[in-house]
Amino acid sequence: MSKITDMTKTHNWSGQKLVSTDHLLFEAPRTKHFMTGSEVLKEAVKRCTVDASVSYPITPQSEAAHLIGELWAEGYVGTYFRGENEFGVMSEVAGCSMAGARTITTTSGPGTLRAMENFAMWSGTRAPMQLCLMARGINSPLTIQPDNLEVQYLLETGMQIWYAENVQELFDMSIAAFTVAEKPDVHVPIVTVVDGFFVSHTREAVMLPEDDIALFPYDPYKAPLPPIDSEMPPGRFLRDPFVMKSNYISYATHASWQWEVRSAVERSRPYAEHYLKGLVHVTGTEDAEIAFIACGTAANQAKEAERELAKLGVKTKVIKLRTIRPFPEKELLAALEGVKHAFVPEFNVVGWLANEVRHTLYGKCDTNIVAGPKVAGGMSMPAEAIIQEVMEIVNPGKGA
Amino acid sequence: MANQGPAYYSPYPAATYEGIITPPEGKALLLEEVVDEEVAMREIAKQMLTQDNATIFPGPQVLYGWSEEATKKATLIKEMAEVLGAQMIPMYDYRPKYPKIDAEVEINPNHPNLTIWHNNIKAAIFIGVHCHYANVALKIIRSETDCWTVGMCSLSGHEDAMATIRDQHVEDVEKFIAIAKEVKKELGL
Repeated sequence: MSKITDMTKTHNWSGQKLVSTDHLLFEAPRTKHFMTGSEVLKEAVKRCTVDASVSYPITPQSEAAHLIGELWAEGYVGTYFRGENEFGVMSEVAGCSMAGARTITTTSGPGTLRAMENFAMWSGTRAPMQLCLMARGINSPLTIQPDNLEVQYLLETGMQIWYAENVQELFDMSIAAFTVAEKPDVHVPIVTVVDGFFVSHTREAVMLPEDDIALFPYDPYKAPLPPIDSEMPPGRFLRDPFVMKSNYISYATHASWQWEVRSAVERSRPYAEHYLKGLVHVTGTEDAEIAFIACGTAANQAKEAERELAKLGVKTKVIKLRTIRPFPEKELLAALEGVKHAFVPEFNVVGWLANEVRHTLYGKCDTNIVAGPKVAGGMSMPAEAIIQEVMEIVNPGKGA
Repeated sequence: MANQGPAYYSPYPAATYEGIITPPEGKALLLEEVVDEEVAMREIAKQMLTQDNATIFPGPQVLYGWSEEATKKATLIKEMAEVLGAQMIPMYDYRPKYPKIDAEVEINPNHPNLTIWHNNIKAAIFIGVHCHYANVALKIIRSETDCWTVGMCSLSGHEDAMATIRDQHVEDVEKFIAIAKEVKKELGL
């Protein structure tokens, strides 16, 4: 079963009352539940009038794709099918989205890289699909834990990238993500990232609105481009690489096109600001000279370290980045005013977030950026590791 | 729009990279400033009335009668052209024109500069062009020409135009025509 009834002006095909994103996120009464990240994603999708979802449930995996399949069986998702592999899935997601369907899929780890070519193509077609990335690492040996290196590979694909810390943020972000991605002046794909296992598989308290309300459907007539065909860019350029490579006109179009895709991501800022209530969230002591810059569950661990350091008399604050693309440069600079040392705790060996921070802030602020502490392979990051890193700076040679 | 005029042979910089984005609802963008819609409309009218070879580029959304609004807008755009003394060169579709565009009678988002160069157009209004293609064209025009561009948009507007007004529906186009008539009178044209 895919649809229970016809769409009307007030209700969707599953009989849910259509409401604004503001109502769903900020006004509708909520009740407390105890759920995993995968279950929460199902609950978000249930309230988003989703037209299509495609999955390739590789093992090991989160349950998210399977649970969205249940939504199709229950009549909440328009269509649902399995691709041949991750590359196929992401291609099929592109097809659904370009055809005017509100579309979501979920993946993680090596599957992300197998489908990699598609993500830049998604952006180029200006299709507003959502990818929920339950990050878990890409290298051998495999891990289902959050070694979130795949995020680094997605940074320059032209997609929006938001990062949720916990199941509550995942729920709210997944709903806001459709809304922002579908704004006519944005209209590029969006990746909602959570740390796999720590969020996808772990049960937490979450506040949810009732499930008898849902977002208004996507209106493809407000898309910034009509459906493509093989003669119209990007279709023409996709099928006709020799023209693309040899013609000055194609150079100009390609250059402008790429700036336009990135401009679209920039235009998402005010919308993300509204629906996420800020591109960064700052907690801790406002005038602290030590800060943590983090996203995802690393921010959660940094908050624990902040509380423990306060007991030792060391004032710190946590600057949690909620969007990675667009990168919240202005907000980060404001939060770092007066900060002498900023630590970037991460769950990967590369330190991609520290690289992003250093690159963005170079020449713009005097804060010493410390790339660490870093753990990898899905190892947990105890607050003690963060505290030790801080105390090496605060109290050199003596530790915590 | 951040820097008026040629930006070498590259579309860089895009206005968003200088912090200029589409105007909020109810407002317009005039160069780098968010202004009241009427302020932008007056400046647009002035530019179109005073620059050489002012041209309206109607796109597929108003060239084809796919909705009642499209039909009404098309009629109004003809009136707008008469009031502004502007010519019209259509953007029928978005396919690159090979081997060569007839730049006298057509504009294309993939090489809009060719039409602007050929016709020596110094001011132009984009209307009824899908936002993405308008933006691709406007960036190229910014880098390759000195044309004063206007994005008259039914959705969110275009920051790479010199002026953009958003949410432009039938009544808004009527309002612009009325303002253009006033400005024309003020200029003694």
